[in-house]
Amino acid sequence: MLILTNARIIDPEAGTEALGAVRIEGGIIAEILPASTEGIDCKGKYLAPGIIDIGVKIGEPGERHKESFRTAGLAAAAGGVTTMVTRPDTTPAIDTPEILDFFRRRAADASPVNVLPMAALTKGRKGKEMAEIGFLQDAGAVAFSDADRPVTNPKTLQRILTYASATNALVIAHVQEPVLSKGACVTSGPFATKQGLPAVSPMAERIQLERDMALVEMTGAKYHADQITCAAALPVLERAKAMGLNVTAGVSIHHLTLNEFDVEDYRTFFKVKPPLRSEDDRLAVVQAVADGLIDTVSSMHTPQDEESKRLPYEEAASGAVGLQTMLPALMQLVHGGHMDLPTLFRAISLNPAKLLGLNAGRMAVGSPADLILFDPDAPFVMDRFKLLSKSKNTPFDGRRMQGKVLKTFVAGKQVF
Amino acid sequence: MFTQRHLLGIESLSPQDITEILDLADRYAKHNLKQNKHLDVLAGLTQVNMFFENSTRTQASFEIAGKRLGADVMNMSMQASSIKKGETLIDTALTLNAMHPDLLVVRHPHSGAVKLLAEKVNCAVLNAGDGRHEHPTQALLDALTIRRSKGRLHRLTVAICGDIAHSRVARSNMFLLGKMENRVRLVGPKTLMPSGVDKLGVEVTDNMAEGLKDADVVMMLRLQKERMDGGFIPSEREYYHRWGLDPAKLANAKPDAIVMHPGPMNRGVEIDGTLADDINRSVIQEQVEMGVAVRMAVMELLARNLRKLKAEVTTC
Repeated sequence: MLILTNARIIDPEAGTEALGAVRIEGGIIAEILPASTEGIDCKGKYLAPGIIDIGVKIGEPGERHKESFRTAGLAAAAGGVTTMVTRPDTTPAIDTPEILDFFRRRAADASPVNVLPMAALTKGRKGKEMAEIGFLQDAGAVAFSDADRPVTNPKTLQRILTYASATNALVIAHVQEPVLSKGACVTSGPFATKQGLPAVSPMAERIQLERDMALVEMTGAKYHADQITCAAALPVLERAKAMGLNVTAGVSIHHLTLNEFDVEDYRTFFKVKPPLRSEDDRLAVVQAVADGLIDTVSSMHTPQDEESKRLPYEEAASGAVGLQTMLPALMQLVHGGHMDLPTLFRAISLNPAKLLGLNAGRMAVGSPADLILFDPDAPFVMDRFKLLSKSKNTPFDGRRMQGKVLKTFVAGKQVF
Repeated sequence: MFTQRHLLGIESLSPQDITEILDLADRYAKHNLKQNKHLDVLAGLTQVNMFFENSTRTQASFEIAGKRLGADVMNMSMQASSIKKGETLIDTALTLNAMHPDLLVVRHPHSGAVKLLAEKVNCAVLNAGDGRHEHPTQALLDALTIRRSKGRLHRLTVAICGDIAHSRVARSNMFLLGKMENRVRLVGPKTLMPSGVDKLGVEVTDNMAEGLKDADVVMMLRLQKERMDGGFIPSEREYYHRWGLDPAKLANAKPDAIVMHPGPMNRGVEIDGTLADDINRSVIQEQVEMGVAVRMAVMELLARNLRKLKAEVTTC
């Protein structure tokens, strides 16, 4: 038994924060009390459900030099992420039950936090033939996605969505029209023009989302757009939800906290997919998270070694690590008055749990005791070499940030 | 005073820097008319021309400029060499750096690549064109040509016409002419106009008559066919009809307007052949001549800055 007392408890479901105590038994939240005389004194710091991060890339199999289960798990624990929902864009892609089984065993051995794997939507993530969705579900896949590759052929996607709807499988799609996006590494506009970089209009996102919404309407599939990053796409999402389609959407921490100008003079750590947007888009998307139109926020943790980033901007690899920078980055939105803490945890804990049908992500009796204790105000300067990920590619290096995770519990066991 | 260690673009230059470079280049333009052109300004220094992208004219211009100033010049054609063997740009830079060059002239097909390379070497780096980003010596030589022909480099109306989207020459010229307080118009089909360019302090039009109206300078750009994915314009002949410079379209400009082209020209695509050869209007040959002078000036200034920097390091 473990009691955490004198903590400000964040309940994203009720939208409240209040001083109290939590009693944990058998890895489960057993009781939530207004106060307790025994147990660990949390000294008025904040206790919240652990982060459930959808879309974490782990370098296993294939790119262990960039990240392993062990290093990703340690980074997650230190960052307050209690469940990593992993991406299948590995080498080879996780597209058969056999590879998934290997993946799950490695995860269980090496990671201190929960790992729930996504599987590829199509074989080899090639967008041609559907993967064995049923078998993969049986083997433990919680969602299906080709990661950053959209299924180009609408007929193929229509069939996949139809098949997936029959097994109630969650499909997670990257909503960037691939032909328009090809070769682009920044968002079109004066900045892209000045820097002479190949650019794509944010309309590429809306076009793809429009297409996918029509296909969801046809098929009734359960669909999640991985990253909605621009104002132009928001009305499409709003309309789809109003129609009652089984649709949700996410966004990454980078699109919520950075804009296109941060790229400055070709700084490749700011190269992410989709590219960073204008400040107007950023603000629109932040508001959409606060309003609940965008359901989830994830780190889109994408480890890249120095070699793949120390290249001309166009050639450099995309992606940034995020497991450990997620909470302090998002605190910027709380401190900036864009949203309160319960709203934030709705997007990073409760909604991801609901989406995946998990009992976690809640501050409720009977839920797993996946909890984090953090100080939202603690200031620090981000030093990328102190990150626990094997790859250190964060755009926040050198930035003054606030928000530190003090303790992380997974099923009642302290992992950080 | 121009104190930068590298010349990576026009964007970071002040109007004073530009004037200093052009004044010195003007002197070199006169010097280049002498029979004995050899100088010792760069004697003992090693200049390496690294071209990751095909170039005959620019490379020759840099080579002649370096040799006239007495530098030891080496040309490296990078398409053929280590890049094909998988070496990264930074490794190439480090390898070269170990041979202690003093001036590195670099052209690369990707925007920002020359800057990346400059961060990793001890010598001075001169951008000879990076992707669609900048081509600073081209803008400087254009500026010198304009100044010599018009007697000034401010309060002029300059029309830059053609494929703006794929052109680093257009960008560098836009920055330079803007800094020197000129009126810049970009003219070309909308499909070849980069997005948001109208927010960078220039006027944009797709109509040649409108764009050339009362212009002092008409700068034509090469229609870079090799850069096109296809489908930017319906056909060459339609392009020539609407945007190719011919005497009729030029009649919209001032009677003494000069015609410029960075070369190489596609006669009959973006410019009428006879017009290009008209010595009363076209300054295209002078641009090439000024190219050598400008590059001599820039290299002298970079060598001066490099010496200063090294002197500071040794006295510390």
